[in-house]
Amino acid sequence: MGEVKLIGTHQSFPCARIEWGLKIKGVEYEYLKEDLSNKSDLLIESNPVHKKVPVLIHKGKPIAESLVILEYIDEIWKDNNAHSLLPQDPYERALARFWAKFIDEKCVTSVWGACVAQEGEEKEKAVEGAIETLSHLEKQIKGKKFFGGEKIGYLDIVAGWLSYWLSVLEELGEIELVNAERFPCLHEWGKNFINTSPIKDCIPPREDVLAYFSFGINYVRSMAPNKA
Amino acid sequence: MENEVVLLDLWASMYGMRVRIALAEKGIKYEYIEEDIWNKSDLLLQMNPVHKKVPVLIHKGKPICESLIAVQYIDEVWNDRSPLLPSDPYQRSQARFWADYVDKKIYDLAKKVWARKGEEQEAGKKEFIEALQLLEAELGDKPFFGGDKLGFVDISLVTFYSWFYAVETIGNFSIESECPKFISWAKRCLQKESVANTLPNSERVYEFLLDAKKRLGIE
Repeated sequence: MGEVKLIGTHQSFPCARIEWGLKIKGVEYEYLKEDLSNKSDLLIESNPVHKKVPVLIHKGKPIAESLVILEYIDEIWKDNNAHSLLPQDPYERALARFWAKFIDEKCVTSVWGACVAQEGEEKEKAVEGAIETLSHLEKQIKGKKFFGGEKIGYLDIVAGWLSYWLSVLEELGEIELVNAERFPCLHEWGKNFINTSPIKDCIPPREDVLAYFSFGINYVRSMAPNKA
Repeated sequence: MENEVVLLDLWASMYGMRVRIALAEKGIKYEYIEEDIWNKSDLLLQMNPVHKKVPVLIHKGKPICESLIAVQYIDEVWNDRSPLLPSDPYQRSQARFWADYVDKKIYDLAKKVWARKGEEQEAGKKEFIEALQLLEAELGDKPFFGGDKLGFVDISLVTFYSWFYAVETIGNFSIESECPKFISWAKRCLQKESVANTLPNSERVYEFLLDAKKRLGIE
């Protein structure tokens, strides 16, 4: 105890990724709740480059960036019966990393964009773009229970926000992206994922996620240049 | 077998150069296929249907896309020689963090310098230099980011050095005067055969960039 600390906020899905990873590995940790409107000295010291959550602190040493942290967790806690997060085969690992990067760079960005965009052609285009990025994930999950196969793996954890946070963004953005008709496999995966332990044990209350995203969306919309 | 490993690439791509350096460090023979990015081949579209970009490493017929993912793949498959990532998990996490930082920042900041004008360009120059200075601080007194030897972060970053002349010329500023330590690190990397044989002539890159700007309609 005291060996593993996680600096985070429950509403943030990159932080949820780390909790899921640690719980799957059976690692005990101390959660240090961060107030992002008033960042702690510890956060700024531990992640001076980005000053963001999550940050894992293991034996006093910090690791930042959720994808980097997940790989670290998988490498440190890998003995005996510890459930492997990443595949063993190098090619399968490369594919998992590829899709994780795609999710963070393309899916998150396009979904957020579709949510934030206001009425009209711009919003329609943004929604189309988001659907296009998600269609790649539908293809990847087809025929599988989880991206990791029979058990939850690294890519499931990275995609995990689609099973819960996405519906909040859809509500706030007044859009519908993943449903049973358009993406039956992704929809099914989402239901399985969110209802599995330990995933369901780390889900923040919906109102908290709503408040968290509302704030972000309003901020972004207020910064957008006025169109003539 | 040479055609067991194939690399689809563009000579000027700082991403492709990363994979070439990794292959050279490991002494892996491969078939190099030069891609015309203005007229993409069926092979590229087939091997990287999601992004349609180079580089694509093809090993035994199976494609690996995204340069840093390909470099890690090379390190894991040919794990009997010249390790590119540290063996210690914490050091490995730090190497991944910094390579991720390079990926998130360096190209976009350099682009602000070569693609914009006026105030935007000035802001780009400032942010670009700041990013390089942050990397200088991370390097510290070490000869390489990898310590005594060229490593993952060095490979992810040094390839941008071949674009510096182009960025400096277009931006009308000197990177060396602001980041002398960065330049001496880059020159140290260039003493390694794998890097020296991979990085193209800077003036040739400059010509390439001017041509690319025209084609993309950027003044």
